[in-house]
Amino acid sequence: MKILVPVKRVADPDNANKMKVSADGSKVTSDGLEWKINPFDEYAVEAALRLVENGATGEKKGEVVVVSLGPDEVQTTLRQPLAMGADRGVHIKTSDDALDSSVVAKALKALVDAEKPDLVLMGKQAVDGDSNTAGQMLAEHLGWPMATFAMSITKDGDALVVGREVDTGVLTVKVSLPAVVTVDLRIVAPKSVKNGATPDSHVYAEGARYASLKGIMAAKKKPIDVKSLGDLGVSATPLVKYSKFELPAARSGSVKYVESVDELVGLLKTQAKVI
Amino acid sequence: MTDVLVVAELLDGGLRRNTLSAVRFAQEVAGGTGGGFDVLAIGEGTAAAAEALTKCGARKVLTAEIEGGYLAEKYAPTVAEVARSGGYGVVTATASTYGKDLLPRVAARLDAGVASDISAVKIDGGTLHYKRPMYAGNVFGWCTVESAVQVVTVRQTEFEAAGEGDGYAGAESVGVEGAGSDRVEFVSIEAAKSERPELTEASIVVSGGRALASSENFKTVLEPLVDAFGAAMGASRAACDAGYVPNDLQVGQTGKVVAPRLYVAVGISGAIQHLAGMKGSKVIVALNKDKEAPIAQVADYFLVGDLFKAVPELTTAVQKARS
Repeated sequence: MKILVPVKRVADPDNANKMKVSADGSKVTSDGLEWKINPFDEYAVEAALRLVENGATGEKKGEVVVVSLGPDEVQTTLRQPLAMGADRGVHIKTSDDALDSSVVAKALKALVDAEKPDLVLMGKQAVDGDSNTAGQMLAEHLGWPMATFAMSITKDGDALVVGREVDTGVLTVKVSLPAVVTVDLRIVAPKSVKNGATPDSHVYAEGARYASLKGIMAAKKKPIDVKSLGDLGVSATPLVKYSKFELPAARSGSVKYVESVDELVGLLKTQAKVI
Repeated sequence: MTDVLVVAELLDGGLRRNTLSAVRFAQEVAGGTGGGFDVLAIGEGTAAAAEALTKCGARKVLTAEIEGGYLAEKYAPTVAEVARSGGYGVVTATASTYGKDLLPRVAARLDAGVASDISAVKIDGGTLHYKRPMYAGNVFGWCTVESAVQVVTVRQTEFEAAGEGDGYAGAESVGVEGAGSDRVEFVSIEAAKSERPELTEASIVVSGGRALASSENFKTVLEPLVDAFGAAMGASRAACDAGYVPNDLQVGQTGKVVAPRLYVAVGISGAIQHLAGMKGSKVIVALNKDKEAPIAQVADYFLVGDLFKAVPELTTAVQKARS
């Protein structure tokens, strides 16, 4: 199986409360924050590796290609999945300003046409824009079935049975390959991915795997193919345009520490008037 | 003048109430631009849904009865065709997992941009400006969508369920576009059933974190407090990941966004991703043994102490206060 995994670099999500907005509101900046791979994309890489390997023996049957859109710095982002075990990278070189979900979906569509993967596996959303749209748009452009918010994937011949985390519980769908699957957090639970090659008794460590030193060294030599949107025949420009950014209003008043349950209930009754 | 098409969410053979948030948005846009709005009820139970929508201010309810369980591949062609043939300027749904799954596929069919999970709309000379939370709610962006049709999903907690309106002219069934779903199959839905209010609609939410330490403690310690308040129960990601409670109770950037009148966080430290899902709550109470926990940044009241002692006491006190 050949799997394409799009990855995005995002400002360190664990410090998202340190994002800044310029004085005129025209720009949002992450100055001082580290760039990280979007966590959902990292989970997609992990799930892709679990789909193509025998988790018990390490034997690999298939190829994982990672792709990122953006300036030259995204090559650093691509090295991480390559160090985890992905085979090669594609860098679609653009400025960040030239992108929105619709452009990304069209660019990925063109890349899929060229690469012909059996599966596109990606994060359900990037935690900077929080849009949660690119995977669905890509699936529609390709005319492929999709399964979004995946928490489990079981390979079943030329199809995948996918458990989707939805508001009301778990919705299970079966998609024939080729397909687009977007992953949610629990896809990296110890037994979330079953590919028929890894023994059912095998238990993965929770979360995405760390790159080994050997993996990091090997990643330096793995190829990253650089393309432009023009090379892919994509001339689209963003359909969503941002004119202004602002920080959320601070909550009024500061926290009041209370000493006892009685005091708390009294305040909830007389001051907050919620009970 | 902008006409709006609201895509209703159907559940258990009728209308899911969260649809009324998208209706509220449609009322704002139609009212502000001199246009009108219609609702498309698609799926199973469209007649019951149409019945529930006669007094929401829509001109008409369009129905497309499709059996066999929800699949975006099956619904998107019909939604896109209705949007195109009806000349709508905006297609909208509430940003539930249903709206987030379906509408981007519709947008791609229409070559439309998507403003996702918006928290407000401002109308300026006929142009719609959308406000949306980004970076786990740490930045708000204002955007416009520059395509012939604009696709918008709205955050349920930021658009109050629509009140009544008039002008209803009846329901009308529309043709179902067939293509697009032969390679995907609906297998099952495993729905969590609860007697408690729905998390995203409850006026009081009590959530537990990893400090509860077991699913047994969620049942014996937290649930009595939840029920004393008549609240919905939520949880942190850590508690869901540990298997103490099902994933559909998770509140946060991933999971559900809630904004109740009262949010009680029990044994939750308050990671950025959790705060993103609850900091819009009117009053926030934290119970935690660590007074420095990040939840203090958003809490109004903070009881420092051992939850296993404080929660049963609080349960008794709330029962007494509410009786």
